[in-house]
Amino acid sequence: MKIHIKNGRLVDPKNAVDTVQDVFIAAGKVVAIGTAPGDFHANRVIDANSLVVCPGFVDLSVRLREPGLEYKATLESEMNAAVAGGVTSFACPPDTDPPLDEPGLVEMLKHRAKNLNQANVYPIGALTQGLQGKRLTEMAELNDAGCVVFGQPDGLLPDLRVLMQAMNYAATFNFSVWLRPQEINLTNHGVAHDGEVATRLGLPTVPVCAETIALSNIILLAQETGVRVHICRVSSAEGIMMISAAKQQGLPITCDVTINHIHLSEMDIGFFDSNCHMMPPLRSANDREALRKGLFDGVIDAICSDHAPVDEDAKLLPFGQSEMGAMGVELLLPLTLKWGMEMNLPMIEILAKITYEPAQILGVAAGHLSVGSAADLCIFDPEYYWQVTPSAILSQGKNTPFLGMELPGGIRYTLVNGHVVYGKSV
Amino acid sequence: MINRNPQLNENGVLQHLLTTEGLPVSVLLQILDTAESFVGVTERDVKKIPLLRGKSIFNLFFESSTRTRTTFEIAAKRLSADVINLNVAVSAQTKGETLLDTVDNLSAMNADMFVVRHMQSGAAHLIANHVQSDIHVINAGDGRHAHPTQALLDMFTIRRYKRDFHNLRVAIIGDILHSRVARSQIHALTTLGVPEVRVIAPKTLLPRMVERLGVHIYHDMAKGLKNIDVLMMLRLQKERMQTANLPSFEEYFKYYGLTPEKLSLARPDAIVMHPGPMNRGVEIDSGVADGKQSVILPQVKFGIAVRMAVMSILAGNQA
Amino acid sequence: MNSIQLPDAEELFKHLVTEIQPDIIKGFTLVGIRTGGVWLAERLHREFEFSQPMGMLDVSFYRDDFDKIGLHSRVKRSEIPFSVDDAHILLVDDVLQTGRTIRAAINELFDYGRPASISLIVLVDRGGRELPIAAQYVGATLELPAGKKLELRRSSDDKLSLSLNDKTLTV
Repeated sequence: MKIHIKNGRLVDPKNAVDTVQDVFIAAGKVVAIGTAPGDFHANRVIDANSLVVCPGFVDLSVRLREPGLEYKATLESEMNAAVAGGVTSFACPPDTDPPLDEPGLVEMLKHRAKNLNQANVYPIGALTQGLQGKRLTEMAELNDAGCVVFGQPDGLLPDLRVLMQAMNYAATFNFSVWLRPQEINLTNHGVAHDGEVATRLGLPTVPVCAETIALSNIILLAQETGVRVHICRVSSAEGIMMISAAKQQGLPITCDVTINHIHLSEMDIGFFDSNCHMMPPLRSANDREALRKGLFDGVIDAICSDHAPVDEDAKLLPFGQSEMGAMGVELLLPLTLKWGMEMNLPMIEILAKITYEPAQILGVAAGHLSVGSAADLCIFDPEYYWQVTPSAILSQGKNTPFLGMELPGGIRYTLVNGHVVYGKSV
Repeated sequence: MINRNPQLNENGVLQHLLTTEGLPVSVLLQILDTAESFVGVTERDVKKIPLLRGKSIFNLFFESSTRTRTTFEIAAKRLSADVINLNVAVSAQTKGETLLDTVDNLSAMNADMFVVRHMQSGAAHLIANHVQSDIHVINAGDGRHAHPTQALLDMFTIRRYKRDFHNLRVAIIGDILHSRVARSQIHALTTLGVPEVRVIAPKTLLPRMVERLGVHIYHDMAKGLKNIDVLMMLRLQKERMQTANLPSFEEYFKYYGLTPEKLSLARPDAIVMHPGPMNRGVEIDSGVADGKQSVILPQVKFGIAVRMAVMSILAGNQA
Repeated sequence: MNSIQLPDAEELFKHLVTEIQPDIIKGFTLVGIRTGGVWLAERLHREFEFSQPMGMLDVSFYRDDFDKIGLHSRVKRSEIPFSVDDAHILLVDDVLQTGRTIRAAINELFDYGRPASISLIVLVDRGGRELPIAAQYVGATLELPAGKKLELRRSSDDKLSLSLNDKTLTV
């Protein structure tokens, strides 16, 4: 299959390209940019006039809910949602049931995903067995099975001794460790930011110090062990300052933020909107501003969707009993664009946050369009605004605080390995 | 998403009573004024009026509370409504039925009104957003969030004894952090124009940024009670020792328990209130609870009239 | 459109007094229905120098149109400062039409006790009864267009007057 994408505005952050250039694809790879190779005869021509052609997006957190939680979503539904969102590679957290702590489970997931021929799935291996925080997993075996990085999910940091050993062990093999900074004892049963809104609504809280204390531990252990650490989902202004300082020290630390936290604050909980129940909690307006600025300044490296499809029943509960999380893989581009446009950033810098930067963090050869690289790309209309409605979302989870909002960025085509895996005529 | 407080409809008419926050003064006063008429009714030989004849009111208690449930039951019966008591804490929920399943089932039995108590903040809002528009919901306490009828009966009591809200200093004393009563009282007092509301508690019993609700923070009873007209005591729950909010009842009583000596620091004509049930010797001394400045028993009596008022106003407000 | 000539309320009141006069015996008690009925009862109370204090009823809690119009936002307390048991009650209202207000008032009185008798005094009977209720003493019988509401008003110097208004949906 040879594809000629013509007249598109090619935006490739890694190669610092933002010009109208044609892209030529053959045998799953980009074979030329600008002018066609001599013997190129396209089987298919895609006219990308007035559209942006860019590397497929790399999302650092997409939950497929497999194995074990298929009532919330299925591999098929969420893989479809991912490519509908222009996402061609993503990492999936190990918080499945059972957790991704055995090579067999990882192989099965990779195999099932591969059969669907859609986005590239990169499972995050569990850092500890059963995510219990007690015993190390077989990281090297898991790596052979396809786990590129290792982590603990929301708020389940092991005790400091186990954490240090896990980091040391991961460092042995040069694996990076992904951690979400949240001190569990300070979290207790908290469901909202410890601020004005929780005080008003009488919701149990997660204080900012739950994040900063955990961050401080993680940073000191990173220094101690020399492991590469990725901080998942920073949520507070104080947290950003600590990460910034650690980076200035030269520690190998990266971090990401979610599409929700750069647009929303505790105020959006309104009258107990359970779609705003997420971890880390939506924090104050000040924190949100700091996150937006941290991303702008580069302290925060990447934006992820932290996609968490939740079935309706689990959200139709009082706020504190509702299941946390928001779907978002289809909102990754729109909400990143919205942030970038509000910050007056050029397209190339906006897209870096969801292409090359996260690909670097994940350590995979994705997120750019060079001659010879895999033809994972996305074609979208930056001027197209669409309304977030349950029927406009392919994910099985319709849980997002952005329901009803108009957002920019309409995906027209998504290609993975040179195949059109998503196409939408206008 | 529309994120409007569901207790008022598009025209600002009260459909549900979920919280005192954001209620217009006119609605608060309407409830208090209507309650005055019901106090008249409760003083008659025949204490029943036919207003809500044929209406079905479901007391839906997901958290047990005999006292509160009883006052709602009496109020509903005096209005001639049919009252159905459901202690859901021990029935459906344990069988895996969700909160809204339970509500749907009861709605199908032609409920006109739900009186809801739940351990989770926001439960009453969830139900109010879910039911058909002709069903009214009264929040009888949700988690730490709100207990509006308690706050309204407190306002009624204050008005009875102090007439005007505009020249009062009110202190709320005790476990503000976990108290839905305190939150509802604060909103009602500030809306009704009380110029100074204080909260007095150790830091472990105060929520963050509580001053944003319009109150002044005190940690010392001697300073906090100075010039106070109304003292609103809160119940202290035993589990506060286990949750490391406090070291002991004894130390709490010594520093924050209301004794006649501490009461003498307030204005001589100050009144003392408590939402009940009291822990004598923990947050309040018997000498105060039974003393001449205590209006704790009148509070209970007014509670029925206030709940009658809320029920009849809601039942009369069509969607 | 021709405006309807309404009688003078003060004249009607005088007429009412002369009508009641022969039947007045000691021991009668006056009960006015809010708001117009209370004004009239107050005047009658002074006129006949009743020794018993008069009562006031707000029949809002006993109305049969609650389901349609809800609760009046300015409900006042009913006050019956005497024992209703075995009392001879003169119930006073301004305008008698359907009879539903009187039905509500009688029901409410019975929740205070068992009166020996209840007689009804109205300033105007405008017809249109929907219940078998009749007044014993009537200031005037008028025929008025159905869509209009007849209201009694009281000026600051205690003068009574009648006015005819369009029905508005005031709750």
